[in-house]
Amino acid sequence: MKRSDPLPVMIMLLLLIGIITTSLLVVYYKHVSRQLFADLQSVHKLRHELHIEWTQLLLEQGAWGSDARVEKIARHKLNMHLPPSDKIIVSRE
Amino acid sequence: MIKSIQKPTGLVHQQSRWLFLQILGLVGLFLLGLRLIDLHILKQDFLQGEGNSRALRTVGVPSYRGMITDRLGVPLAVSTLVQSLWINPQEFTQIDKLREATKILNLPYDQTVNKLKINSQKEFMYLARHLSPDKTEKIQKMGIPGVHVLNEYRRFYPRSEAIAHVVGYCDIDHHGKEGLELAYDEILKGQVGRDKIIKDRFGRHADDRGSLVTQRGGRDVALSIDHRIQFLAYRELAQAVKTHQAKAGTVVILDAKTNEVMAMANYPSFNPNQRIQHIDDRYRNRALTDQVEPGSIIKAFSVANILASGKYNENSKIDTSPGWMKVGQHVVKDLRNHGEISLKTAFQKSSNIVFSKLTLELPTASLPEMLVKIGFTQSTGSGFPGESVGKISAVSSQNPISLATLAFGYGMTVTPIQLAQGYSVLANLGVKRPITFIKGGNNAVPGEQVLDADVAKTVTSMLGLVTEKGGSGTRARVNGYTVAGKTGTSRKVSAKGGYEKKYLSLFAGFAPVENPKLVMVVMIDDPVKEGYYGGEVAAPVFGKVMSESLRMLNVPVSKQTEKDLPSLMPKPKDFPLEYPRKGLILAKSYVSMGGR
Repeated sequence: MKRSDPLPVMIMLLLLIGIITTSLLVVYYKHVSRQLFADLQSVHKLRHELHIEWTQLLLEQGAWGSDARVEKIARHKLNMHLPPSDKIIVSRE
Repeated sequence: MIKSIQKPTGLVHQQSRWLFLQILGLVGLFLLGLRLIDLHILKQDFLQGEGNSRALRTVGVPSYRGMITDRLGVPLAVSTLVQSLWINPQEFTQIDKLREATKILNLPYDQTVNKLKINSQKEFMYLARHLSPDKTEKIQKMGIPGVHVLNEYRRFYPRSEAIAHVVGYCDIDHHGKEGLELAYDEILKGQVGRDKIIKDRFGRHADDRGSLVTQRGGRDVALSIDHRIQFLAYRELAQAVKTHQAKAGTVVILDAKTNEVMAMANYPSFNPNQRIQHIDDRYRNRALTDQVEPGSIIKAFSVANILASGKYNENSKIDTSPGWMKVGQHVVKDLRNHGEISLKTAFQKSSNIVFSKLTLELPTASLPEMLVKIGFTQSTGSGFPGESVGKISAVSSQNPISLATLAFGYGMTVTPIQLAQGYSVLANLGVKRPITFIKGGNNAVPGEQVLDADVAKTVTSMLGLVTEKGGSGTRARVNGYTVAGKTGTSRKVSAKGGYEKKYLSLFAGFAPVENPKLVMVVMIDDPVKEGYYGGEVAAPVFGKVMSESLRMLNVPVSKQTEKDLPSLMPKPKDFPLEYPRKGLILAKSYVSMGGR
């Protein structure tokens, strides 16, 4: 017991340092993870809001571009009409 | 270690002090241990619960119902956010402000007060649902205690009436109720998630503790419908139903190669964006649910059956004199006496006698078996809710008239989609495929050879004659493309039994003949004005929709009709009307049903 072996002491010391470092890292990464989580949450929220806006735009597009509306404008406002069959020339190679 | 041993005088004193400290330390440790056990084991639940209730929250993760799009990605059903107002009757006190609120919301004041009374013991009551944000904002500005806003989703249908029957609709709680909304509800509907999270003291989400329910967004469904063809079909159908003052009409268009539904229109229709009040006839998808007696249109399959027997070919001569034929107690008639005609001509002129006569020569079960193989009385596999299958009435050798009439489409019921599937068998050289509403839905389905390819080819060439001069379907002709098709006019069965003077006008066919692209069935129910024959009412719809659709799909013009090309034609003024009614011979033939 008089002369203690230096090797186990060294190991103990190393382990002690290791424990302290890892526990500090745990604390640090917990913090990072919470920050990232908060970011994720806000991105999710943004995605949700964008999705809603997108669906509303889709519906708006659908309303403006509905076949019935396009046809009405083409016929009555722009005086367009389908060419009669004798005006259609089919080109072939 | 203990060097003070050299001083023996204070030994006892020091030892007892040491002992005391040791005991004190041990007791302290013991107490700490007890406390640890107390906190970690005995009170653990309570403490964890307290902690959680201060920081841990469960939050809903919103999820939306998937879109329904057509094959080009154009949305047919979209969910978006709307707001609803609700009242907590327990908190609601300012009844005087209610009058103003109901005015903004266009609600009847008295009824709202009544509703409040009924729900006075509860804590939740809808004031108004699915409002535009500007209205809810106005109400919120009034600041009435007990009135809250709830975000909800609502389904919108940008294409509205034109495709209402196929897409179907959702109930107010966003569940599929009819049509493909119902059929694909499991795919479309999302799962609202519930996540456990930890909030910090500012109410921000600080940490994630896993999900109780995983959020899953609804998936989109791409239908095989082409919205351009769909609109075209709907427009022409609506026009025809109005012109002929018919009760209703249906158009089905299939991709001839894959049996994907390209368009399916019914008229009259409904607006799925409006709240559905009560269900009436307009809501029915006639193309899949209406079982009708098909009439002459079935002759395409009776002739296939006759050809398949090998006893006759298209040029076999059959004598139809004197224009009527006795079958047991009954009589089968043609419109007039055609004399001796070939099977080909009989088909073009739609002679009842020829088909009855030849079918009766075959084994009794032969025609019903053929019809079942083609797909009649069977589900088309579309998966559409409420699809009917129709039936074939029993035939027996003791009762030959049942078989004789079956040969020209009486004594059986079919749905328009079954007719379309049946004609797709002819277009596909005898290969039958199920019907699908999904883009690419049949890609992995091999198809089943139910008819000899040569027979299908011969029938197709006969169907081609129908739209040519002298045939009954000239008005189904399509500029630049060859068309194979068949008209049909069947009398409707009256509620009392027997046939009444009401008709179904039908046309079924496909184009171009050499390499079919589209199969189409048109059915007009009870046309009363300007004709009722299939050739007069249904065929023009077929012609118009088919020519426009083939053009839209960039189908190359048929070689065979190159000489008919409009630019080279002398002067076809108004093309379909060029041919007067002389071709419309078929459908006046009917069966006199004997004494009963």
